Amino acid sequence: MLDQTRPLPALPGVGYKPQHYAEILADASPVGWLEIHAENYMGAGGRPLAQLRALSERFPMSVHGVGLSIGGEGPLDPDHLARLRTLCDWLDPASFSEHLAWSTHESAFLNDLLPLPYNSQTLARVAEHVEQVQDVLGRQMLLENPSSYLAFDDSEMSETDFLREVSARTGCGLLLDVNNVFVSATNLGYSPQGYIDAFPLEKVGEIHLGGHDEEEDDAGRPLLIDSHGREVVDPVWALLGHTLARSGPRPLLIEWDNDVPDWPTLRAETLRAARALEVVPA
Amino acid sequence: MSQAAFTHALLDPDRSEPEGLSDGFGAPAGRRFSVYRNNVTVALIDAMAAGFPAVVKLLGEENFRNIAREYARAHPPQSPLMVLYGADFADFLAGFAPLERYGYLPDVARLEYALRESYHAADAAPVAPDRLAELPPETLAEARLTLAPTLRLLCSPWPALSIWRFNMQDGAPKPEAAAEDVLIARKEYDPAPHLLGPGAAAFIAACQQGARLREAAEAAGEGLDLGAVLGLLLETGSIVDVLHENSP
Repeated sequence: MLDQTRPLPALPGVGYKPQHYAEILADASPVGWLEIHAENYMGAGGRPLAQLRALSERFPMSVHGVGLSIGGEGPLDPDHLARLRTLCDWLDPASFSEHLAWSTHESAFLNDLLPLPYNSQTLARVAEHVEQVQDVLGRQMLLENPSSYLAFDDSEMSETDFLREVSARTGCGLLLDVNNVFVSATNLGYSPQGYIDAFPLEKVGEIHLGGHDEEEDDAGRPLLIDSHGREVVDPVWALLGHTLARSGPRPLLIEWDNDVPDWPTLRAETLRAARALEVVPA
Repeated sequence: MSQAAFTHALLDPDRSEPEGLSDGFGAPAGRRFSVYRNNVTVALIDAMAAGFPAVVKLLGEENFRNIAREYARAHPPQSPLMVLYGADFADFLAGFAPLERYGYLPDVARLEYALRESYHAADAAPVAPDRLAELPPETLAEARLTLAPTLRLLCSPWPALSIWRFNMQDGAPKPEAAAEDVLIARKEYDPAPHLLGPGAAAFIAACQQGARLREAAEAAGEGLDLGAVLGLLLETGSIVDVLHENSP
């Protein structure tokens, strides 16, 4: 299998939204690549696929799956794997990534990224699923760390050890979502910098940045919600700086999926990402 | 803790949160579980509201969200293709007792879902506009049309299209009681509904099933305006091929 741990350029990218189509084609700078949610491009035709074809002629593309349920107890859905293969075959993206999470139980797709405990059983299952995905797609995938709101009594290892071991067993790369690190660390009471320092950064093929909302739990502690609906906050930019100083430059994605802003607002975030990359020694 | 227990608690707000979850500080997860419950429910309701904007207007936002919540809990998506979620929402509305008086709602939902299906359907290049006119009448009568995969038909005992227009288009006239047959056709990438005259829906359905034009016109009955329906199909780019005895 080709080593595709860093196939995307180490530039800012954005999660593509159709309302920005004309502006992106006119002048996307400083954006150097685009990411799409795989499941929105699995229809038989129409405007979504036409736009994707046109964009892929101009930009390196990243296909980001949100529906494979790699952390699920049940087997992966063969129909969905086949749809992903069809999309990756014709689009030939620079990267394919999915989540360390589950979203399907029996036949019900729950349309959310749900958490799993980290232990030897779940490790074996996730590694098996990642291998299956890589076999079917014929390419290396990146696996993304989730945002967490709670912990499992039957977890036996840290998330960073879990991800390191999945990568070691399967050869997959990792997608490091720095906002998710900040959200989970705040919610569960550990150090976000400590998480980054324990993370196998040499495996990171892409970094995600997004906005979160702030609430409170029953005990009055901050409870951060990974909403992808606003600007990236300053502490997350600081955590990105901490990360890049250790990892070196990486492809940096701005995720803004809800209350999607106009292009100038989104572009301002990508300019900030470009500045974060500029100060990193290559 | 199994994913079955997690799932059941997600979809049923009356269940307490599953065992074995903590807040990371040594206490039970409590309302932290509700974050997932809320994310799942809100995302499904939002997807429904985006997919059925006319039904939202007809019911009002709050009523719609309450009904969509019941629908989502009873009929969670069966595939990760959220762009096609809600296929059986019209049937759910038809069987929903509190809406019995609003018999037209299911057909408005069917119209909206058909528009969405058409939007994502496969592309197919239309024939040249003069392709039918080139054929001698006797050849044309025996020809079969291949119609675009983007077409959808709705035959409603209600003025479903007029109700949809009244809610979705500025200045559309107030609906009047009438049955309406509707063709959803997609010119390039934008699907649009068209009101059909008598027999036109039966004619198009027969063509889709492979009937010759003569047979389809017979199936449509006397009221059919053949020129009008062929004109509509040509104008919307819905005829993909014309097969006849002299076809290459």
